[in-house]
Amino acid sequence: MRILFRTAVWSAALFAALVATVLASTTVGSVNLDIGTVARAVLNTLAYPSGVSVESSQLGLGERVVQVPVPDISYTRPFGFEVAETDQIIVQKIRLPRIALGAVVGFALGTAGAVMQGFFRNPMADPSIIGVSSGAAVGAVATIAFPVAIPFGLQTAAFFGAVLSAFGVYFLATEDGRTPVATLLLAGLAVQTFLGAVVSFLLLRSGEGLEEAILWLMGTLRYSNWGHVEATLPLAVLFFIILLVYARDLNVMLLGEEEALALGIEVERTKRLLLVASALITAAAVAVAGIIGFVGLVIPHIMRLLVGPDHRILVPTSALAGATFLVLADTVARAGTAMPVGIVTAAVGAPFFLFLLRNREVHAL
Amino acid sequence: MIRLDGVDLSLAGTDVLDGVSLSVERGEFVALVGPNGAGKTTLLRAIQGILDPDAGRVTLGGERVSDLSASAVGRRVATVPQDTSVGFSFTAEQVVEMGRTPHRSRLDWSDDTDTVEAAMERTGTLPFRERVVDSLSGGERQRVVLARALAQEPDGLLLDEPTANLDINHQIQVLELVSELVCEGRAALAAIHDLDLAARLCDRLLLLSDGRVRARGPPGRVLADPTLADAFDTETAVSRNRVTGTHRITALPDRPDRSGRVHVVGGGAGGVTTLRTLWRAGYEVSLGPVPEGDVAASLAADLGLRTVTAPAFEQPADSECAAARDLARTADTLVVAGHDAGVVADRADEVPHVRVDLGGSGLRRTAGDGGETRVVGSETELLAAVDTYMNG
Repeated sequence: MRILFRTAVWSAALFAALVATVLASTTVGSVNLDIGTVARAVLNTLAYPSGVSVESSQLGLGERVVQVPVPDISYTRPFGFEVAETDQIIVQKIRLPRIALGAVVGFALGTAGAVMQGFFRNPMADPSIIGVSSGAAVGAVATIAFPVAIPFGLQTAAFFGAVLSAFGVYFLATEDGRTPVATLLLAGLAVQTFLGAVVSFLLLRSGEGLEEAILWLMGTLRYSNWGHVEATLPLAVLFFIILLVYARDLNVMLLGEEEALALGIEVERTKRLLLVASALITAAAVAVAGIIGFVGLVIPHIMRLLVGPDHRILVPTSALAGATFLVLADTVARAGTAMPVGIVTAAVGAPFFLFLLRNREVHAL
Repeated sequence: MIRLDGVDLSLAGTDVLDGVSLSVERGEFVALVGPNGAGKTTLLRAIQGILDPDAGRVTLGGERVSDLSASAVGRRVATVPQDTSVGFSFTAEQVVEMGRTPHRSRLDWSDDTDTVEAAMERTGTLPFRERVVDSLSGGERQRVVLARALAQEPDGLLLDEPTANLDINHQIQVLELVSELVCEGRAALAAIHDLDLAARLCDRLLLLSDGRVRARGPPGRVLADPTLADAFDTETAVSRNRVTGTHRITALPDRPDRSGRVHVVGGGAGGVTTLRTLWRAGYEVSLGPVPEGDVAASLAADLGLRTVTAPAFEQPADSECAAARDLARTADTLVVAGHDAGVVADRADEVPHVRVDLGGSGLRRTAGDGGETRVVGSETELLAAVDTYMNG
């Protein structure tokens, strides 16, 4: 039970750090708020789903109008502290959606990064390696270049672009039901290159949308809202749980596939599951935040130095550290120059990674 | 425990295993020997269920491998691979603990400390339990992997060249440990390329060549089997290791072709050198009479030469003298290694022969009446003299 204990302690500590970071980040902005106000406003914002009713909504299909049942979830807010209305609005409507989305995206990228580095037994692996990011980029830039009028059109297109691209890479690399990791890596590279060309072409055609497209490609949380959080959080939590359940299998797979099989792991099935869950959790993150680099690469490395290689502790700590890191980076992005957060993560992450490389043993896995 | 019946298996269109049948029971340590590319690793992989046979069946404890889940196979047999680099900085203890995988559910995060510690105690790996596996030496790491196999609590062990990367002392340690585990009632099947080690520590050998089982049985029998030399495409000599008393095999160098038979008279160190020189030069060699137990006699036996021996410290019996004389008479050249041509002296005096004095003991020219005799003092001279006689 040592591993369970260590995981619990580390996760609790990192969760506390995340909460503190979120609160501190919420005080930062054009209007200065004190931490007490922020804490009360954040608690006021907390809600849990308390009931589901089904409403019907009208959807136009050509000339016909179809009644579509839509689940409507009602939320209950357990807290009602006294907070000035403007402060509550600043926290609840402006700052918190962005911060919460940053936390969810960082959580997802940290999880996927830890799993992908283990899966590929390669320190250079990050969530984009199986073509997820470039697929999302194609979907997102395509909807910017050729706008469609559906709600969350860009996010939906990016999500499905990511998923299609990841599955494309998987099927290209699979032969006779076996997916060699090296083939997967190479197929991922080739698909990324190809999709990069598609994105460049779409950028040329995007006209007035060019700035928006480039901002998205750099990774930004600027356009976030609670809808994004509500769509992303359940996916992130679901796939995180699945990946955590398979963390022990991932440990054994690090010994090599044949040894993992000899130790009773159904290797091909486990690989498929890990890939699908990692691709979906990454797709959910990049769909709402664009391509944010370095979180999925650096955070798992740092956590591996701190907690060791066992994925049962590495995956949850990387997730929580990724969330904290992205909230911090986005605070810098918001407070300073309104840069895309992707620039901050790369600008802060790369030197820090180099520092680790020079001072600690990061050159090997 | 481990059983194959008529297993055929082809990889990428090439037949790798062809009608292989074998069984390894509990308490048996069987070595799989054979040249590179014989199909040893493929055979082990078929037993693990990594490869499916095209025909025939592989069973573990009576159940077909193809019907068993990976974890059910993992509870029955553990595998010790040749290459044991791990990657990522797992500690020795974490690696051993992974051996518990087939016994535990995915959500069971407990340590299984008792089993893990017992396995590490057994393999002498407890002293470095906290050390990162990749910082261990090859021998230590191989013992960690063996501990992991033990933690699996299997009935059978499959070992693929478990000693290939180890020093000579660690080779013995690892295989002796396997041997002990077998004595406790496990079955072990090991692909081992070192035939001497295999003969020394295993109960039975199984010679695999070109995907077929060519010979099987106790080490002495398999090593002496002519199919072994064919399988390895080299001449071999089987002898006994004087220290361990077990069989030892030596692959012999390629010999040039020389026709003709040389009969050698005389034993001892001089006889041995003479035999070796002539045999390596490519001549057919016969020997006799020599005392039983003479070093030359045992070399001749190892090389499978025709030899006449007589009881030590006795005059050769008439029948032995006659046999030796026959060999000498039908030989193309006679070499006398030592002072005395002994019982074939009359013959030696009649025909041209070479006297060898490799000890430098001052052998004088003692040409007989009828024959031309040369006295030589070195291996080169010996060979040159014999070559001269042979070529007329």
